[in-house]
Amino acid sequence: MPTVGIKRDLLFKALGRTYTDEEFDELCFEFGLELDEITSEKEIVSREQGDTKASDASDVILYKIDVPANRYDLLCLEGLVRGLQVFKNKLEAPRYRRISPVNGDPQKLIITKETAAVRPFAVAAVLRNITFTQERYDSFIELQEKLHQNICRKRSLVAIGTHDLDTISGPFTYTAKPPGDISFKPLNQTKEYTATELMSLYKTDSHLRHYLHIIEDKPVYPIIYDSNGIVLSMPPIINGDHSKITLQTKNVFIECTATDLTKAKIVLDMMVTMFSEYCSQPFTVEEAEVVYPDGKTCIYPELAYRKEKLSGEFINRKVGINESTEKIAQLLTRMCLLSRATGVGDEIEVEIPPTRSDVIHACDIMEDAAIAYGFNNITRTTPRAYTVANQFPLNKLTELLRQDLAAAGFTEALNFALCSEEDIADKLGKKISETRAAHISNPKTAEFQVARTTLLPGLLKTIAANRKMPLPLKLFEVSDVVLKDETKDVGARNSRRFCAVYYNKSPGFEVIHGLLDRTMQLLEVKSARGEGYHIQAADDSTFFPGRCAEIIVRGKTVGRLGVLHPDVINRFELTMPCSAMEIDIEPFLGHTAETLLTHDVPMQEVIKHKFPTPDESQQAPVSRPTSTKTVFGDVSTQVGLKALNDFLADKSYMEGFAASQADMTVFDAIPSPPSLTFCHLRRWYNHIKSFQRERARLPAAKRQFVLPAAPAASTNNASDDDDIDLFGSDDEAESAEAARVKERRLAEYAAKKSKKPALIAKSSILLDVKPWDDETDMAKLEECVRSVSMDGLLWGQSKLVPVGYGIKKLQIGCVVEDDKVGTDLLEEAITAFEDYVQSVDVAAFNKI
Amino acid sequence: VPPTISQHEMDHLLMADSGVVETLLQRIEKADDGVDSLNVAASLGVDHQVIVGAVKSLQALGDIISADLRSSKHWELTVEGSEIAEQGSHEARVFSSIPLEGLAQSELMKLSFGKIGFSKAMSNKWIRVDKTQEGGPRIFRAVENIEDQVREKLLQVQKGNFSQLDEKEKNELKKRKLLSEVTVKSYWITKGSSFSTTITKQETELTPEMIATGSWKEKKFKPYNFEAMGVAPDCGHLHPLMKVRTQFRQIFLEMGFTEMPTNNFIESSFWNFDSLFQPQQHPARDQHDTFFLSDPALAHEFPQDYLERVKKVHSEGGFGSQGYKYDWKIEEAQKNILRTHTTAVSARMLYKLAQQKFTPVKYFSIDRVFRNETLDATHLAEFHQIEGVVADYGLTLGDLMGILHQFFTKLGITKLRFKPAYNPYTEPSMEVFSYHEGLKKWVEVGNSGVFRPEMLLPMGLPEDVSVIAWGLSLERPTMIKYGINNIRELVGHKVNLQMVYDGPICRLDS
Repeated sequence: MPTVGIKRDLLFKALGRTYTDEEFDELCFEFGLELDEITSEKEIVSREQGDTKASDASDVILYKIDVPANRYDLLCLEGLVRGLQVFKNKLEAPRYRRISPVNGDPQKLIITKETAAVRPFAVAAVLRNITFTQERYDSFIELQEKLHQNICRKRSLVAIGTHDLDTISGPFTYTAKPPGDISFKPLNQTKEYTATELMSLYKTDSHLRHYLHIIEDKPVYPIIYDSNGIVLSMPPIINGDHSKITLQTKNVFIECTATDLTKAKIVLDMMVTMFSEYCSQPFTVEEAEVVYPDGKTCIYPELAYRKEKLSGEFINRKVGINESTEKIAQLLTRMCLLSRATGVGDEIEVEIPPTRSDVIHACDIMEDAAIAYGFNNITRTTPRAYTVANQFPLNKLTELLRQDLAAAGFTEALNFALCSEEDIADKLGKKISETRAAHISNPKTAEFQVARTTLLPGLLKTIAANRKMPLPLKLFEVSDVVLKDETKDVGARNSRRFCAVYYNKSPGFEVIHGLLDRTMQLLEVKSARGEGYHIQAADDSTFFPGRCAEIIVRGKTVGRLGVLHPDVINRFELTMPCSAMEIDIEPFLGHTAETLLTHDVPMQEVIKHKFPTPDESQQAPVSRPTSTKTVFGDVSTQVGLKALNDFLADKSYMEGFAASQADMTVFDAIPSPPSLTFCHLRRWYNHIKSFQRERARLPAAKRQFVLPAAPAASTNNASDDDDIDLFGSDDEAESAEAARVKERRLAEYAAKKSKKPALIAKSSILLDVKPWDDETDMAKLEECVRSVSMDGLLWGQSKLVPVGYGIKKLQIGCVVEDDKVGTDLLEEAITAFEDYVQSVDVAAFNKI
Repeated sequence: VPPTISQHEMDHLLMADSGVVETLLQRIEKADDGVDSLNVAASLGVDHQVIVGAVKSLQALGDIISADLRSSKHWELTVEGSEIAEQGSHEARVFSSIPLEGLAQSELMKLSFGKIGFSKAMSNKWIRVDKTQEGGPRIFRAVENIEDQVREKLLQVQKGNFSQLDEKEKNELKKRKLLSEVTVKSYWITKGSSFSTTITKQETELTPEMIATGSWKEKKFKPYNFEAMGVAPDCGHLHPLMKVRTQFRQIFLEMGFTEMPTNNFIESSFWNFDSLFQPQQHPARDQHDTFFLSDPALAHEFPQDYLERVKKVHSEGGFGSQGYKYDWKIEEAQKNILRTHTTAVSARMLYKLAQQKFTPVKYFSIDRVFRNETLDATHLAEFHQIEGVVADYGLTLGDLMGILHQFFTKLGITKLRFKPAYNPYTEPSMEVFSYHEGLKKWVEVGNSGVFRPEMLLPMGLPEDVSVIAWGLSLERPTMIKYGINNIRELVGHKVNLQMVYDGPICRLDS
């Protein structure tokens, strides 16, 4: 997280008021910043270099503020103040404009093809008639540094060069040359150097040496010249001294060279939006033309304002608030995202300014609304999902085993998973090549060379660090080691081990052997050859010859035990005899009734998701019906609203006794919350509003209440008839279905009513029937499903449930007699309609 | 302070020296204003400790006697002094070892007392030297009889009659290292409220015989010393960090969360970063922050369809996103690392979830993660991450805050507030702060957020499914709970086993 140091008094002056430290800390917290430290130049110097050096340093109070890593627009005083002032409603976000030069052509930067080998992109712009003060100048330099360290990834992706335009003359050429052919006087130097000389000069420069590697090994170095051959800069290392900006500089030429064009554009936008404030025409930036080697020209800075549309309901639903569209637009505007309710449903149009490159998805806009609303003002709710918890079987076994190992008198140690090669090889009398160890390529010290392949070294080191403790020392650890394994996607896997050591004046093999016996007893493995466990003599260089045995369980070796070799004891700086055992515990997992969890993922996708094409994804996240025409009349008019109000006088919902999609469609059709005069409508409106979060899960509508916006385009002749069937089934089917529903209800009722055990066992099943795609005729599909008839099968209610990307699935209920109809039989019969049905799943199964 | 005598030792004394106890009681009865234990010891001719033992055992029986500790100065013979009291002073022994015919000086010097005795006897003028004798100097008696005053004085002291010697004499003998002044602690013993010269022998412990015969009914039992500590049990111990881990596991299980299989320390950059929409130039992917592997260096298998979608969302956008618009490289995604967070496993689990018919899930894990960071008193290269994940239709930011409230309440933390934050794979992101009563300020206790659609949608999760998640470290709450300041004293081989032995059980909410 970047930290920005800002002089407190300058900040308060710019904010137009003073704050106590606590007040300002509070403001930061709310806005997502952190007031990390309150200090001064003097304090910093004194801390880093001692008091003597600090005596000359300034003791002006500095605020060190942590800024989120993606908010490049808050990395300097100018941007921070602008952000906070807009947030506090004290300022309207400025509009940044790109303008053409008043007279003449724009400055030109010509890129030659040679740059392709080293740093192919460049963008440029001009800040015209700027007024610097010492503070502004410092901030200008500091912002470049902050951008270099963050988005520019230490200048590797983008490097910024700023120049006094009045000292140079365009067009400028961005090219690349062999280092020996480049010679100029670099910034703050007194003589000319070749690029080769510069590279060795800066080898010892505490600041610049970190950037040398970016171009050092390249055959050519990037270089920018003006039309007179004056060097502007050798990116990403150093600018020329000739064009350096001073407090008197009036016109600034900014160039950004890059390996990542997107980031270069963002960086240029940041520089010019932050500092155009000080131009004679504030917030305007003079364009520059960049000519690519292929002759294509681009005008920079882009300063692009992007417009996004989203629904207020989307924000409310994701954040868990219930604000009007207008209020949400106001919230977003306070975050520098100028927004307005379009008046079409709850649509909001959001304008993303060039300073907010972090906004790349609707969710970023949603977050800003939440921040402006205040995270801590959001009502805390509880997710309602019902889930059954399972333990990871291997961890469950580990937990149980550890308890009993401690009860057996051994104390648990906890050691690092990383160690040196020596620990797992040399010290144990093994070769590193035999260990199957995973090796780390960039360890900072020898402690992190490999992942451990055995728990033993850790336990021995723990003993070495605790030699003063009374003997005997009895330690154990149950934890993971890492082994290379070709069969895994990453080429390695963990192995859960149990290791124990006994350290005393006598080796105590019998103690460790006894612990093994106890462990086997706990794991329900009998002492026997074949199906049980036994130990047999083995050779192992870690152990004393003749004092080591393999542990064999059900015919497979799971580990070893024995008395450690005196050399091993010495290498771990121990003095007493020691015996140890280590086994793999995964073979003891056995069967578990719980779902076997693994982090292995299927490499082939079985379910074929329909993923949106880029065009689809560019659409507004949620689209709502825009029609206000309903069966009650136009609800944008008082007449329509009155009719609806009358309708609702004695009803809670549009249909039946529960909220459904019918309520949602009518709700969406009403442009704004109804006035108090329509009390029934208002009551219903507020009630339905509370369902917005779960609207997707509400049952389908039976009737159509909202009519298409343009009646002329209506395709359905039956639209005169206000009894429109969404599924397109005819009246006969409708009544037949009603009869079936009635029948099913009667059956259910009878089953519930009877207190005695039902003579015939019945179940109510909810099936999910999925079509092939969004073009499948769902009505036809349902007809097919309902055509399945069996003795003991009764079809019930159904609805269409959206599953995403326009696809809907059919959710249909039925009651079956368990003896006569099985789910397999049912699924088989339905999937037989293979033209329509992709799959059938049992969504719910309840015994009646 | 008299040496503490254990119950066992006292019993022994009482039994062995019941005669002493009785005699002591008789002396006390006869004395009007009490007796001194030292005097009693001297008059009975027994070691003082025996009398002290008798006093202790009588005190244990109740108010038979009352004993006040007092200390007195007293003169004692040194080892040399005792030898003289027994055998005579060195000069006297020299005198008596000289026969009438005299003794060669060389012969005298061979005797153990010869050297010191010779010069002392000379100064007393008890003997004379004749240097003219043949065969070297010869010693002769100079007087007929001598009086060995030194021995007499010492014998007086030995009998306890040191008052008969004046201070000068005592100091002279002290100078000769024959006497030493010692402080003696003794008891002044008087009758107690229930004084009696006869005592009933008290039983120390209930025995199987007493139970069998019923004899316990008639017996009196000695009271226990409840001030003493018990005998420490011989037992093993669980590690404090693991005890806290067990409690966190318990909390998640109570809340209906299923444990994720996090037993894979080595992970590809793809699952650790790319699948989480963390761009390939992100600083966390630097050599400075992450442990990369040289062997096995690369992961070789990925779900290809999914990988293509991940590539696309990074490089071009899609799923409603602008994307990062950079050149995404499979080579970068293939690089194996030691996982930097358990969220890599969450990504795998969510991808697997997307490959089935969606049902709401709650997942958790507590396991090791690795960072190639600078180490200090609170940071190690590996630590345990606690993570909770909930996936369901229509989850809100309010739900995340609500579930965090429930979670932290179980830890005994009820005052929570949330700060907007940034994390590449969650949006919104919130840092969780709790009010620390001790420090009187808000401290960060965890991180949380809603996974970005750019992470979830390429996996194939339904569009209206939200996934909320939070994480914290296991070490920090453990260090606070057990008052440990340096993380190395908690994790790793430098642990202090005494701390492990002494650690209390872990109740997080108290």
